[in-house]
Amino acid sequence: MRKYSVFAVAREALRGHKGWEAQWSSPEPRSSYDVVIVGGGGHGLGAAYYLAKEHGITNVAVLEKGWLGGGNTGRNTTIIRSNYLYEESMDIYEHSLKLWEGLSQDLNYNVMYSPRGVMMLSHNTHDMQSFKRHINANTLYGIDNEWLTPEQAKAYCPPLDISKTARYPINGAALQRRGGTARHDAVAWGYARAASDRGVHIIQNCEVTGIRRGPNGEVTGVDTNRGFIGAKKIGVSAAGHSSVVMEMAGVRVPLHSNPLQALVSEPLKPIFPCVVMSNTVHAYISQSDKGELVIGAGTDQYNSYSQTGGLQIITHTLDAICELFPMFRRVKMMRQWGGITDNTPDRSPIQGVTPVPNLFVNCGWGTGGFKATPGSANLFAHLIARGEPHRLAAGLTLDRFRTGRLIDEAAAAAVAH
Amino acid sequence: MLLIHCPYCEEDRSELEFRWAGEAHIARPENMAGITDEEFAEFFFLRNNEKGLTYERWRHIHGCGRFFNAARDTVTDKFLMTYKAGLPKQPVPGVSATEKAVETCEQTEGDAR
Amino acid sequence: MSASVKNVGAFRIKGAGRLTPARTARFTFDGKSYTAMEGDTVASALLAHGVHLVGRSFKYHRPRGILTAGPEEPNALLDVSRDAARRQPNVRATVQEVFDGAKISSQNRWPSLSFDVGAVNNLFSPFFAAGFYYKTFMWPRQAWTKVYEPFIRRAAGLGVAPTEEDPDRYANRFAHCDVLIAGAGVAGLTAALSAASTGAEVILVDEQPEVGGALHFDTSTTIDGQDGYDWAQDTAAKLRAMPNVRVLTRTTAFGYYNHGFLGLAERVSDHLDRPGRDVPRERLWQVRAKRVIIATGSIERHMVFANNDRPGIMLASAVRTFLNHYGVAVGRNVGVYTAHDSAYEAAFDLKRAGVHIAAIVDCRDRPGEAVLAEARALGIDVLTGHSVTDTAGRLRIRSMTVARNGNFDIRKIEVDSLIVSAGWTPSVHLFSQSRGKLRWDEANRRFLPDTYAQDCVSVGGCNGTDDVAEAIDEAIAAGGGRVAVHGESRFNWTGGMIGAAEGAGPDTTVKAFIDFQHDVTAKDIRLAVREGMHSIEHIKRFTTNGMASDQGKLSNMHGLAIAAEMLDRPIPQVGLTTFRAPYTPVTYGTLVAHSRGELFDPARKTPMHELEAAEGAAFEDVGNWKRAWYFPRRGEDMATAVNRECRTVRDVAGVFDASTLGKIEVVGPDAAQFLNLLYTNAWDTLQPGKCRYGIMTREDGFIYDDGVVGRLAEDRFYVTTTTGGAPRVLHHMEDYLQTEFPHLRVWLTSTTEQWAVIAVQGPKAREIIRPFVEGVDISNETFPHMSVAECEVMGVPARLFRMSFTGELGFEVNVPADYGPTVWKAIWERTKGMGGCLYGTEAMHVLRAEKGYIIVGQDTDGTVTPDDAGLGWAVSKKKTDFVGIRGLKRPDLMREGRKQLVGLVTNRPSDVLEEGAQIVADPNQPKPMTMLGHVTSAYWSENCGRSIAMALVAGGRARIGQTLYVPMKDRTIAVEVTDTVFFDKDGGRIHG
Repeated sequence: MRKYSVFAVAREALRGHKGWEAQWSSPEPRSSYDVVIVGGGGHGLGAAYYLAKEHGITNVAVLEKGWLGGGNTGRNTTIIRSNYLYEESMDIYEHSLKLWEGLSQDLNYNVMYSPRGVMMLSHNTHDMQSFKRHINANTLYGIDNEWLTPEQAKAYCPPLDISKTARYPINGAALQRRGGTARHDAVAWGYARAASDRGVHIIQNCEVTGIRRGPNGEVTGVDTNRGFIGAKKIGVSAAGHSSVVMEMAGVRVPLHSNPLQALVSEPLKPIFPCVVMSNTVHAYISQSDKGELVIGAGTDQYNSYSQTGGLQIITHTLDAICELFPMFRRVKMMRQWGGITDNTPDRSPIQGVTPVPNLFVNCGWGTGGFKATPGSANLFAHLIARGEPHRLAAGLTLDRFRTGRLIDEAAAAAVAH
Repeated sequence: MLLIHCPYCEEDRSELEFRWAGEAHIARPENMAGITDEEFAEFFFLRNNEKGLTYERWRHIHGCGRFFNAARDTVTDKFLMTYKAGLPKQPVPGVSATEKAVETCEQTEGDAR
Repeated sequence: MSASVKNVGAFRIKGAGRLTPARTARFTFDGKSYTAMEGDTVASALLAHGVHLVGRSFKYHRPRGILTAGPEEPNALLDVSRDAARRQPNVRATVQEVFDGAKISSQNRWPSLSFDVGAVNNLFSPFFAAGFYYKTFMWPRQAWTKVYEPFIRRAAGLGVAPTEEDPDRYANRFAHCDVLIAGAGVAGLTAALSAASTGAEVILVDEQPEVGGALHFDTSTTIDGQDGYDWAQDTAAKLRAMPNVRVLTRTTAFGYYNHGFLGLAERVSDHLDRPGRDVPRERLWQVRAKRVIIATGSIERHMVFANNDRPGIMLASAVRTFLNHYGVAVGRNVGVYTAHDSAYEAAFDLKRAGVHIAAIVDCRDRPGEAVLAEARALGIDVLTGHSVTDTAGRLRIRSMTVARNGNFDIRKIEVDSLIVSAGWTPSVHLFSQSRGKLRWDEANRRFLPDTYAQDCVSVGGCNGTDDVAEAIDEAIAAGGGRVAVHGESRFNWTGGMIGAAEGAGPDTTVKAFIDFQHDVTAKDIRLAVREGMHSIEHIKRFTTNGMASDQGKLSNMHGLAIAAEMLDRPIPQVGLTTFRAPYTPVTYGTLVAHSRGELFDPARKTPMHELEAAEGAAFEDVGNWKRAWYFPRRGEDMATAVNRECRTVRDVAGVFDASTLGKIEVVGPDAAQFLNLLYTNAWDTLQPGKCRYGIMTREDGFIYDDGVVGRLAEDRFYVTTTTGGAPRVLHHMEDYLQTEFPHLRVWLTSTTEQWAVIAVQGPKAREIIRPFVEGVDISNETFPHMSVAECEVMGVPARLFRMSFTGELGFEVNVPADYGPTVWKAIWERTKGMGGCLYGTEAMHVLRAEKGYIIVGQDTDGTVTPDDAGLGWAVSKKKTDFVGIRGLKRPDLMREGRKQLVGLVTNRPSDVLEEGAQIVADPNQPKPMTMLGHVTSAYWSENCGRSIAMALVAGGRARIGQTLYVPMKDRTIAVEVTDTVFFDKDGGRIHG
């Protein structure tokens, strides 16, 4: 792999950029692999990369039914943070955040991780109690998260309206300074390039249509639109379609697939310095490096795989954005789109073994999958390599729905994303 | 925004009047206190989450207030029928529940023919 | 005010165009003043004055001019303001109509449009190839945040966001129709005539100020023997006069959603000189159409060749629009470079208007005979089989370099403008948004509608129907009516090319732009392919082609063709990126419409709200309710007021507005049986006239809601819920009643807003209310704690509860909401006279915490069982079924060491814990520390003379008496675990 650097760019600039090689190779699939990963998003590509890098398992294929990163990796609003409430959540999201901090250098690919701060607005006593519960838990766990007064919040994010006459005035905010954003496509491409360099096969336009099982119930491979591909182990990381793929192995998972929409504005000169979220009025917003205001809307209420949603979800979100930032009323929505999120009953992910031997699942990240990408991928690789979860992901099992030991971030905090 | 036919009002109304209420035809066990942990998890958490034909419940919450059932395609979001609560699962003419779902726009985008 | 033709622009052509000089408007552009004619767009007005340079590109800051005459414009994005608060960035000059006093500025340049320091990027452009930023800026690690990213951000972006709140008003309309027609060109108007003739309700929308579409520029079309544009206006007038037709101009159908739902954005007053305060700026139409006819025509493409982006280079259709509609010539010595006959027509029109045509350069060897003949007749040089391989000119094109195809002999031809056309792309945006599937038309190299996903049909240009007569027939059929329209046109839409032209092929390094706004060139596409981006979506994202504010209307097909050539695959195999809504950008304010301020989420107020406000109440938001929080007297801060209220309630009495509590009437012969199933407690044992505290869980066994339920009669219960929980509890109850227990004869009615609830709590509560109550003896003996009665209060039918959320003797007076203020006033007057007080939610919280009463949602959080909350007594052991019975028995819910609700007292009585603070056993443990639980409620208790707190603590009840620690930022607070009752431990007061 040619190393990326400013010198490489300069050298290529002088010869018309004719010397760049493909970022990843696109080989014909082998007849079998040690590990097949279903789903070529950030989580799947990352898992393949860490299998090769940290576990020495390079006979790996990532099967993607469409194009790399075309699912939720390329459709989210790129928010990164780790200030969750429960230890199980803090473990995995903080593991992820630490990996984000060095990811560009690790992959030799600028994923533009930008710790510009994620600020969650508190509008009432209940929000304040909940946020302080998070802040205290995070602090004692070694994760940064701090309380801001409305004035401090405004100083951190000048466009914010903190007037007392607002319909839902702001009584403070929780700020995680290490939180921020990254460039979503670069994450998929960076992992793909680094994994490919280590011998991983990345196979696009390859849709898994069945999972085959051996005499002892263990997986033996997958049927695809490009034929059967043998596998000693299979990792499923197909956000949005996890139910569909797991059903192929006869495993039911407690998921709902819901449309989640987002939108961007026309490009503007820098106006918005951080990420702001408000659960009470249902809005979150940041500004991309290109200058677009990136706004996440809510999920539609019904199950759907359509990647579209209702206009009322968009308008409701913009209602909230314009309440918080009244000067944005004249800004224009340039593009809107939808993704499919897998949502679990407790709004926490499932990563673990399944009742089927050698079949591993990573799903249910809901609206929080992007921020978890490096951490989830890293721990998923561990799970696949060792056959048992890493300590940091031990609580994310499928079994918790039987025992009742849920990790109920939604119930505890009611702060999504 | 979906357009939904309420089988009680016999009217097509905007989604704004309705609330989605989960998968249909999941009966609460009669012997609730006696089921196993696995059976409870199955009843309370596991859902088909079909890609394609799904049976689901809606409530005309800002209308007549009634719960009813619907057959909808989760790929196209088209309603195939709605029917009153309590009726058994209705077959949808020409569609079998196991039929392979049509492609999503995600699959077809970048793949126009 | 009138003006001579001269000062409305030196490039106005006498006798050309449809504008009249009757009215003019003044505007400034970058500080210089100009005059426009009524009906001018900013683009036509500037061109009339010879101004072509209007902007700078996104990345290289290259000088850019006006390329189009419509909403597809990628270059001419300007900042337009009426006043400081009404400033709008990124306005398309080709869409915005001039209004008098408009202040218009160019964007993305510093210090000035003609001398822009950012243009240095153009010199370094070899470094800034597509995706270069992924490959660099990685070292040192901190520099990305501190140096590189801020630099990139400053360079990026186009316009400057508004900084003041928008004072303009926006409107919203919902509409239903039988047929919605998008686009009012020949096809759309004809379809409207046809549909309207059937009596159908029709809405016809068009984004331009007048109907006509391509008839704005194409003067060769006649319909029913009339000039096409005039026919369009007459037809629109005819349609407008029909009661079943609504014609909306300046209205863009921006999104086609599920089930025939479309979003339209109407520009109502941005074109007016002085819009009245009664008109909105824009209006959102949300239309549910039974059927949609898409008649959106097609969009012309530019030619992809070296330096094809200089100001003065324009699409043929734009040149004709400016001339034939606005009466403006785009230059005095104009060249043409084309792969399509369309551009010839522009040259002919200009020539006839007296403009010199330097040459028509046609990359095709054999253009149409008709246009060649006409060119000869007009004396225009045509160079077939030639290409423009370069252009020159710093701020405007000065010359074009022309070569015979495959030949290196070049010559320069001086021009001041260059007309380009590579043919027409059907506008399939709405069709694709409706989720229809496209097919590739290989003969004409374009995508066309194929399979429909909704009840809609495409007609005319957007359906690839290029012949006007055929388009009319198609439109009549689509409308379903019987009308006769006859059209003729010699304009030829078919043909052209996509992809890079001669001299911009894979072996070159020239800058041949495909996406002007994002500075994406043909070689960027090729680089993306070389780097392994083989999906068109990857190519789009890697190069950002088609992601600018014009969303690739001009660039998509060119990008696709260049990628297909590089990949050596047929175009349909490379694919097409998704057309996402909106078709053109839509103002947030329009989408928000009325939903701002008070109307963002209307506040719910109790019947006594105004009276409480008059008493000086401070209010807090609880859900969407406004609740009286505390009642400060002069000079009191919140703590002082709350302390006084708490003390007064226990010493005398207090009046509290409990109207926000949810109230559900559960009626019917099986009502008790139903409640038995819905609550963990038993209800059949509750006698009429009594009430009981109830806990509701979901099937999972976690606390869902709580409240007091009174049995008014054998078959009638009055259920109260938490303030926030009322809607979901009713929904939950209805769900079970309708779908699980439909055999039960029970009816549920929400009565939350029907009753005003006035709580009177304190030792003197009985004495206060006694004179008002008739029909029930409220003595302690006949009406003990947890009694309920229907009676009269001040002659008003009432429901009187003896209950308490303070631990004091207490009553809750329920009267019909309209009588609430009167009864409240009387009770408050009497209470005041006896030394009592009004108290708000904060004092209520403190008082209940002193007694260890929980608040669902504060002391519980959706992971707490009744037993965890110390309410195990409320879970029936006898019932064989209730919602939650099985969930409660799951392993983790039965586990030892679950978090349990306990009391905490700080070692220092004056220390009030922070709600949300975490609790540990070992304060010296290094991070990550083991947390045992958290503080759910914490207050200064004036009545206890110390702080009190409740907390969920792992194995909490077994820890009573232990010392635990609450580490805070600045210190660690030691606490002792206690039970949850801090005041009146034996509970005698409640029975007073």
